Amino acid sequence: MDIPYTATARPDTGVYNAKVGIWLFLASEVMLFGGLFSAYIFLRIGAPAWPGMLGGQLYKTSFDVLNVPIGTFNTMILIASSVTIVMSWASLMMNDFKKYKRYMGLTILCGLAFLVVKAFEYNAKFSHGLFPADGNFLAIYFTLTGLHGLHVVGGIIVNSYFWGPGSKMWKTDPKRFTNRIEVAGLYWHFVDIVWIFLFPTIYLL
Amino acid sequence: MAKNAHNKDLQVTHPETSHAHGEHHPELGFWRKYVFSTDHKVIGLQYGFTALFFLLFGFTLVMIMRWQLAYPGEALPLIGWLFSEESMPGGVMLPEFYNQLGAMHGTIMVFLGVVPLAVGAFGNYVIPLQIGAPDMAFPKLNMASYWAYFLGGVVMLGSFFVPAGAAKAGWTSYPPLANIETMGQTMWLLGMVFLITSSLLGAINFLTTIIQLRAEGLTFMRFPFFVWAQLITSFLLLLAFPPLEAAAILQLMDRLAGTSFFLPSGLVVSGQAMDITGGGSPLLWQHLFWFLAHPEVYVLILPAMGIVAEIIANNTRKPLWGYKAMVYSVIFLGFMSFIVWAHHMFITGMGTAISAFFQITTMIISIPSVIILSALFLSLWGGSIRFTTPMLFALGFLPMFGIGGLTGLPLGLAPTDIHLHDTYYVIGHFHYVVAPGTILALFAGIYYWYPKITGRSMNDLLGKIHFWGTIICMNFIFMPMFIQGLAGVSRRLYDGGQLYQFAQPVLKWNEVMSIAAWIMGLVQIVFIVNLFMSIRKGKKVTENPWEATTLEWSATSSPPLAHGNFQSIPRVYRGPYEYSVPGNSRDFAPQNEPEEKVPVA
Repeated sequence: MDIPYTATARPDTGVYNAKVGIWLFLASEVMLFGGLFSAYIFLRIGAPAWPGMLGGQLYKTSFDVLNVPIGTFNTMILIASSVTIVMSWASLMMNDFKKYKRYMGLTILCGLAFLVVKAFEYNAKFSHGLFPADGNFLAIYFTLTGLHGLHVVGGIIVNSYFWGPGSKMWKTDPKRFTNRIEVAGLYWHFVDIVWIFLFPTIYLL
Repeated sequence: MAKNAHNKDLQVTHPETSHAHGEHHPELGFWRKYVFSTDHKVIGLQYGFTALFFLLFGFTLVMIMRWQLAYPGEALPLIGWLFSEESMPGGVMLPEFYNQLGAMHGTIMVFLGVVPLAVGAFGNYVIPLQIGAPDMAFPKLNMASYWAYFLGGVVMLGSFFVPAGAAKAGWTSYPPLANIETMGQTMWLLGMVFLITSSLLGAINFLTTIIQLRAEGLTFMRFPFFVWAQLITSFLLLLAFPPLEAAAILQLMDRLAGTSFFLPSGLVVSGQAMDITGGGSPLLWQHLFWFLAHPEVYVLILPAMGIVAEIIANNTRKPLWGYKAMVYSVIFLGFMSFIVWAHHMFITGMGTAISAFFQITTMIISIPSVIILSALFLSLWGGSIRFTTPMLFALGFLPMFGIGGLTGLPLGLAPTDIHLHDTYYVIGHFHYVVAPGTILALFAGIYYWYPKITGRSMNDLLGKIHFWGTIICMNFIFMPMFIQGLAGVSRRLYDGGQLYQFAQPVLKWNEVMSIAAWIMGLVQIVFIVNLFMSIRKGKKVTENPWEATTLEWSATSSPPLAHGNFQSIPRVYRGPYEYSVPGNSRDFAPQNEPEEKVPVA
């Protein structure tokens, strides 16, 4: 006997299995990042100055430490990638596999671009002698953006699989493949939303 | 009624049955069938045996500790030579080694023993059968969940062999102590990351399976209580574990990248100012840790309550008293368990206003627990009780959990907690909940579902010896802890409190407790023999030996080890506990049996 509702929705719940699964997973992710954001609030409330002393130098505001234009640019990249992944799913819904490939490819490229920009940002910090151990502002900055970066990497791996070898399923089970892209899209949106909270919290406030 | 008609359509056009899937043929090779299996029953058994091994291992650790507590400074006889010179020179335990054993006993029992057995093993094996599903919703994730747990266990065990040994900062890993710990603590954190991943995958799988794969006609209010208990448990695992993962990441950063998340400014260790930027807070760890660890208490107890409910209904031959009240209570309990965590932190100086809030929520959460326990007690009233081995364990659970729960109330109130905090009273309290409570219930579950797994029942006489030996010894181990704790003996002393004047009158109990622990160790041999011997030698039984009503008993015994548990897709017509219904020909009505056509006069 096969497992039911992998491709079609269960009539009384109205969803297929993976969609329940991904929403539950995202709920758990909210708690993970929620824990870290709570830690940020906890540390900041207890700090005499924020960002404060970092590597022997006093910083009054967070944009003295971090590069806001680059952060904004990266925000734009991620938002764009959220649009393209929706388009890739919509293309499948309209039976246009070629368009799907193009939009999913764009999504992956956006993800990679985000990571490259992030790498330049990290490098700039390191070359100025600013490391996680130099103060709680940097510690939480590197931890939160690092963990978010890992989520981006995970998303890129999954999306690349669906762009490349995984896309064979389109020929055998198009409905299930479309579902997979929808689920991957939900995850990718979540990664995007985390950044949308993370960017103002760390860069601007 | 309209809904039922709708469900009938669903049966006819069952969406997946027409698919030709070649990948799940039963002729899998040995590795795919028994090792890297995706079948929920194999995974359930893998979880079960691994968890039982860890329970025994964790218990062995504490049996060694109890020698040191009963006879401090004396060489450990018989097996003392097994240990290295850094842990037990000449068989005499060093304080550092005692701390390793203590920290790892707690960690192993909670995260590698009880939770994997209660959720991983029973949940995996029983839930799909009880809801009439062919397997879990995500079989591959299920396998990944087991192997993540296995790796976590390997890392935890491996930590005993790194330089300076395993983690020594207690199972709670409070900083700053945990931050300045040796390498074992890093291993502990990595192991926890594996275990958290495992329970995350498991929780997603259980929830999706219960919501999506239940049989037609199995509405939520027709769930056996065990399914409800596992459903709420999975929500707790899903939402409470990630903050601990966050905390573990922060502590790893502190230890490996030199940050100061949990280290305050001006920290002095062994007379030396630490070279850190500071500005962190040890309280932050405690908040994140207990945000997990309080719901974790309910992760430990809810599956046990579920098992006990099944067995009590079956062996009293009557419906559970107050099924609906129990269901609403368990939902409320799950919700409340997220807002009681700081009652573990009354004496940390977090402030009286916060203490007041958390002691109120703590008193509130005791209400649903009491409702569930009372309902189980009242279910016995007027039943024709069959004193089978599983029933004995289930009956033992009720008063033992009652003692554990009631002794928790003084800990939930700040004024009394100040005296009792960090004493043996606390150890006695939570062991009554988890050991004579949960572990008795887990044994009950093993005896109860064993015939379903093997097609044979376990030996009754050996089972009864196991029960009486275990419950008597457990009370001799844990009851004196209340006496010692009320006298003020602190919980983490490696000599059991020899150096304290006030502890002298109650120290004599240490020997009693230790001897009871060792006898209990011997009694478990009876269980181990019974468990393995009955696989081949046990009495052969039918597929429904207990004459139970829930769906798992309509599947063949020892169901085939491939997806698919039932001959045909089951359909559910009635509630879970229709025992002794007046006018019926038998005293039980299985859930998948249509209404008897005889009109009730």
